[in-house]
Amino acid sequence: MLQLSSNPARDTVIKLVVVSVAMFAFVFVVMVPLYNVLCDALGINGKTSNEAYTAISTEVDMSREITVQFIASNNDDMPWGFKPSVTMMSVNPGAANDTVFFAENGTSNYMVGQAIPSISPSRAAAYFHKTECFCFNQQPLDANSTADMPLQFIVDQALPQDIKTITLSYTLFDVTDMAGDKVATR
Amino acid sequence: MGAHHGPAAGLSRWLFTTNHKDIGTMYLWFSFAMFILGGSFAMIIRAELFQPGMQLVEPGFFNQMTTLHGLVMVFGAIMPSFVGLANWMIPLMIGAPDMALPRMNNWSFWILPPGFLMLASTLFMEGGAPAFGWTFYAPLSTTYAAPSVTFFIFAIHILGVSSIMGSINIIATVMNMRAPGMTYMKMPLFVWTWLITAFLLVAVMPVLAGAVTMMLMDIHFGTSFFSAAGGGDPVLFQHVFWFFGHPEVYIIILPAFGVVSQIIPAFSRKPLFGYASMVYATAAIAFLSFIVWAHHMYTVGMPVAGELFFMYATMLIAVPTGVKVFNWISTMWRGALSFETPMLFSIGFLILFTIGGFTGLMLSIAPADFQYHDTYFVVAHFHYVMVAGAVFSMTAAVYYWLPKWTGRMYNENMGKIHFWVSFIGFNITFFPQHFVGLAGMPRRIPDYALQFADFNMMSSVGAFIYGASQIMFLYNVIATIVAGEKVTEDKVWDGAEGLEWTVSSPPPYHTFEVPPQIDPSPAHG
Repeated sequence: MLQLSSNPARDTVIKLVVVSVAMFAFVFVVMVPLYNVLCDALGINGKTSNEAYTAISTEVDMSREITVQFIASNNDDMPWGFKPSVTMMSVNPGAANDTVFFAENGTSNYMVGQAIPSISPSRAAAYFHKTECFCFNQQPLDANSTADMPLQFIVDQALPQDIKTITLSYTLFDVTDMAGDKVATR
Repeated sequence: MGAHHGPAAGLSRWLFTTNHKDIGTMYLWFSFAMFILGGSFAMIIRAELFQPGMQLVEPGFFNQMTTLHGLVMVFGAIMPSFVGLANWMIPLMIGAPDMALPRMNNWSFWILPPGFLMLASTLFMEGGAPAFGWTFYAPLSTTYAAPSVTFFIFAIHILGVSSIMGSINIIATVMNMRAPGMTYMKMPLFVWTWLITAFLLVAVMPVLAGAVTMMLMDIHFGTSFFSAAGGGDPVLFQHVFWFFGHPEVYIIILPAFGVVSQIIPAFSRKPLFGYASMVYATAAIAFLSFIVWAHHMYTVGMPVAGELFFMYATMLIAVPTGVKVFNWISTMWRGALSFETPMLFSIGFLILFTIGGFTGLMLSIAPADFQYHDTYFVVAHFHYVMVAGAVFSMTAAVYYWLPKWTGRMYNENMGKIHFWVSFIGFNITFFPQHFVGLAGMPRRIPDYALQFADFNMMSSVGAFIYGASQIMFLYNVIATIVAGEKVTEDKVWDGAEGLEWTVSSPPPYHTFEVPPQIDPSPAHG
């Protein structure tokens, strides 16, 4: 920009270029991380933490029973069989509970799956802690093989009183193409 | 820059020009060409919807038409038309010899045609043009898109760069090139609205560029910004898109506010009522536009607190907008009104934009929006604000300043007929869409249930009338340029105010090389 050196608008232009570059960067370094942090912190969008939970209090609240429902579904054209061993459990807040999901790769190819959890109602997401979950890692399966995928969770004692039922839904994605490129974060 | 010469001869005049009037003219013609292109897509849409059942085109092609119609009209027709107007009028209105960055001005125009050529070329590619709607929600626009989506992404990048360069130029011009004595609060309102619009563009066009860049990376480089499988979130796309998209609708409408704020006082023969409040209302609308984006996403599964925040913030926009509407009405109150074509289009704008504002208020109510979401009610709403708002005001601007630009008067009778045919055609097209929308007809669908048949036929007939009336507009403009009656006075309209009316009609190639004298009396009240 040869014309700029003597242009009275030089300072204005430099500032505006900086602003537009900064706004472009803002999308990547602020909006995306902030969105993920907010969703994790507030449990909005039904997102659950992607890290194993360490129980703070082991005290079990025997006065309340929470119904936890399990849903398993396949994304798009994922060909695996995928289902929970039980569809419903009654649990006490604070107690650790175990269950298992089944996965079956009925195809003749090695494949990698990734389960993505979602909690409904979304307000409950912050109170649903997973101490162990198959969704923390990708699940590789050889052709024509099956796997039992474990889940251990604790419903927080501080779960709002009006929530009586929590639905945990897993969607299974085919990540064979992505596997190896990077470790899934959730 | 040689000071005392006319334009170069031949094609190179247009290719290499750094003259704000030439560039403004090119923007205006380009945007009109895009208006015709986007309009012909709309005609295909309305022809298909003339009757229920599949009539003319394949559903996939129908989706390409709705997508391209939106993209071409927003980015190709409306935005460049107002940039063209800004190029022509801002230097004339503030007494500057040209834009602050004339060479960049040339670039920001000349990258537009290749950008749109790239976008239009997707129609002939394997898999067809983008078919995911102008809002291009992921993963529809990533995982499930035709291969042409990559060209779409680069087209968006190009026109984003063009818009940013244009805005930087406008801000630099307004802040540095005003004639001595032209204080901020003496600037015509059109300049004010454009200054604020340009700031919005600089702030949000990079966000749009970021959104399409993330799409590009998801499609080609294995990232997972919007793919749940890799830890991303499709809803994130909607937040990023509408963080751009909502300020974008004010980018489109604020210059339109500026135009009618010039025209209504001229034909009311009174100064604009509440000048200062107009400036503050414009700034308030611009600020609010950044904190209301999620009202486009009420049904996405937000927490109640979020729905309430975005609902109340959205309703708040009605306050500064109401200030503007009341100011325009107060300007006309007890004025010596006359109804030349620019005034007719401005009054048409005022009435129809207000209707569009009211339906916007209806849509802002989060619980009610669950019924209206993605129906023809939304289509009716945003065409009332985009077409009757932005396009009517742009049309008014062309009629208002055409005698100044060309030195020739347009055919007033034909202009008035153009207005009435447009006004009636527009309302026949879009008013019934409120009804079918409230009754549940979804948008972006090539077929519909039988009970919507009558209203859709009306809509289509109206659309053909409105479309045909634009041919009359084109004819009138060309006839004016070629053989219009010569205008002798500088001040074409007796009630018009502003520096642009102090130069000859048509203005010389270079104006205000010596800054004009500005009336030293205090600024507007």
